[in-house]
Amino acid sequence: MTGSDTGSKVAVSIESVSKVFNRGKPNEVRALDDINLDISEGSFVSLIGPSGCGKSTLLRLMAALTHPTGGSVTVNGKSADKARLDRDYGMAFQTSGLFEWRTVTQNIELPLQLMGWEKADRKARADEMLELVKLAEFATHYPRELSGGMQQRVAIARALAFRPSLLLMDEPFGALDEMTREHMQTEVLDIWARTGKTVVFVTHSIPEAVFLSQRVIVMSPRPGRITADIEVPLGVRGFETRESNRFFEKVTEVREALRFDKGGR
Amino acid sequence: MTTREETNRAIARHERNAAARRGVRRVAVFLVFLVVLSILYTGYKAFGSAVDDAQTDLPVVGRILPRTDDLTMPPLLDIAVEFGQPPQRNSSKPLGAFIGEAALFTLREAAFGFLLGAVLGLGLAIFMLRKKWFERGLSPYLVASQTVPLVAIAPIIVIWGSKSLGWLPFTWEPWMSVSIIATYLTFFPVAMNGIKGLQSADAAAMELMRSYAATRRQTLLKLQLPASMPYLFAAFKLAATVAIVGAIVGEISGGVRGGLGRLILDYASRYTTGPPRLYASVVGAAVLGILAVGVVTLLEYVAVTRRQAARGAR
Repeated sequence: MTGSDTGSKVAVSIESVSKVFNRGKPNEVRALDDINLDISEGSFVSLIGPSGCGKSTLLRLMAALTHPTGGSVTVNGKSADKARLDRDYGMAFQTSGLFEWRTVTQNIELPLQLMGWEKADRKARADEMLELVKLAEFATHYPRELSGGMQQRVAIARALAFRPSLLLMDEPFGALDEMTREHMQTEVLDIWARTGKTVVFVTHSIPEAVFLSQRVIVMSPRPGRITADIEVPLGVRGFETRESNRFFEKVTEVREALRFDKGGR
Repeated sequence: MTTREETNRAIARHERNAAARRGVRRVAVFLVFLVVLSILYTGYKAFGSAVDDAQTDLPVVGRILPRTDDLTMPPLLDIAVEFGQPPQRNSSKPLGAFIGEAALFTLREAAFGFLLGAVLGLGLAIFMLRKKWFERGLSPYLVASQTVPLVAIAPIIVIWGSKSLGWLPFTWEPWMSVSIIATYLTFFPVAMNGIKGLQSADAAAMELMRSYAATRRQTLLKLQLPASMPYLFAAFKLAATVAIVGAIVGEISGGVRGGLGRLILDYASRYTTGPPRLYASVVGAAVLGILAVGVVTLLEYVAVTRRQAARGAR
C-alpha cells in the first residue's frame, strides 16, 4: 500500500521500517511495525493518529534524529543520515525552539550562519523569509515579544531559510488557540504553494490534516502501524473549503479510519 | 512603517527611563537600609548604656546579646571619623587611605583569582558535559576540594608558590599565591552551575542543531553557552564574593602583607587600643564585596538582561 502518487519523484521512501525502544528490557515498546510509505516530491502529507501511534517517531526517523531497528529510510535517494548531513530538510516542532537571546532576524540567520553563509547573503535571505511569513516589521524583536503564532511563523521561516527541499513539521500548531491555528494553516499552505517544498506534517487534529494535506496517513498504536492512506483531492484550499460537504466527507472518512482501528484491535 | 519605527523608538526611550528609575530606586533602598541599620545599632547601644547606668543588671544585655560599651560597640560616628584619622601616631596617611590601598591590593588578588577560577570552572564544565565518565569520576574530588579547610591549604600554596615557581618567566609574587587561593574557591561554583547551565539547553533546540548538522563546537557556542548564561552569572556573583573572602583569608593564613587581610589581622590583634580601626577595615571589606558583585551584575545586565528584557509591545 505504498504511495501511489502520480509519476513524480519520491522524496521520502520508508521500507519495512520497525522501531523498538528498550529492546530486550521489561519496558520494551514496539513503537513502529512494518511501515512502508513513499512520499512524492512536492506533496503535502499528514501523519495522524492517537498519541503513542509512533507518528512523531516516524517523522524523527525521516530526520535521522533517531534510527530504525529494522528496515530502511531513504530521503532524496540517500540514507536519512546522509540527507541530514546534506541539510536536505528543515524542521519545526510544537515548541518553536527559538533562541530567546537572538532577535527574530538572528534566529532565522542561525542555520545560515552555521552553514557558513556570508553576512550580506544571510541578511538578504532573512529579509526574504520575513516577507514570506509576513513578519518584516518584527525583524529586531526578541521571541518573547511575539505571540505564539508569530513565534511559529519565525520557526517556519528559520526551517526554510537554507532552502531545504523537505519541511518536516511535528505538531507545529499544537499549542496554538483554534483561531490562530486556522490562520496558520492558511499561511502554511500559502508558503507550500509558493515554495513547492515537500511537507510532512504530524498532527492529531483531523480537520487540520484534511484541510492541509493531499494525503492523510492514518496510524494506530501498539505497535505503530499505518492503517489507512487517504487521498484528499480538495484542490486549492480557501475559506469556503472548511464549510464544504466534500471537506466534511473527508473528515468523516479519516475519523472512521481512526475509530475502526481502535475497535479492530 | 514610520509610525512603527516611532513606536519602537518611544518604547526604547521608555525602557531606558524605566531602567534608570529602577537604578535610582535600588540606591534609595540601599541608603534607607543603611539608615535603618545605623539607627538599630545606635538605638541598641543607647538602650544598653541606659541599662548599665541604671545598674539594673538586666540579664540579657551583656550575657546573651553583645555588651554595649565603646570597646565592644564603638559609636558609629567614631568609626566614620576614624577613616580620616591616622591609624598610628607616626602614620603619614589617614586610615581611609591605608584601607583603600589595602582594598585595591586585595581586589587585584581577588580579580585575578576570579578570572582564573571562572576560566577553569567553565573549562571543567565543558569537559564534564562532553565526557560523562569525567563528570562522575571527578565530582567527588571537586566536592572534597571545597571541604578542605582554607587555613590548611593557604600556607601550602604560598610556600609552594614562593619555592618552586622559579622557572616562570616572571617573578612569582606572594600576592599571586593568594590569587591561586581565590581561584581554588571560585572555580567550584562556576563548574557546578556551568555544567547545569550547559545542560539546560532546550531538547527541541538541541535536536534543531542536530538537524542543521551543526558541529559540537557550533552547538556549544551558539546554543549551550548562551543558554547557560543565567546559571553562569548566578555562579559569578557567588564567585565574586568568595574570591574576596578567599583573598582575605588567604592573606591572613598565608602571611601575605599589603592587603585587607593583613590589615584586619593587625587591627584585630591590637583591638583594645582602637576598636573603630577594625570596624573600619571590615567596612572596607564589605564595600569591596558589594563593588565586586555590582560589577558582575552590571556585566550581566549588558550581556543578558538588556537583550532579553521584554519590550512590552506585542
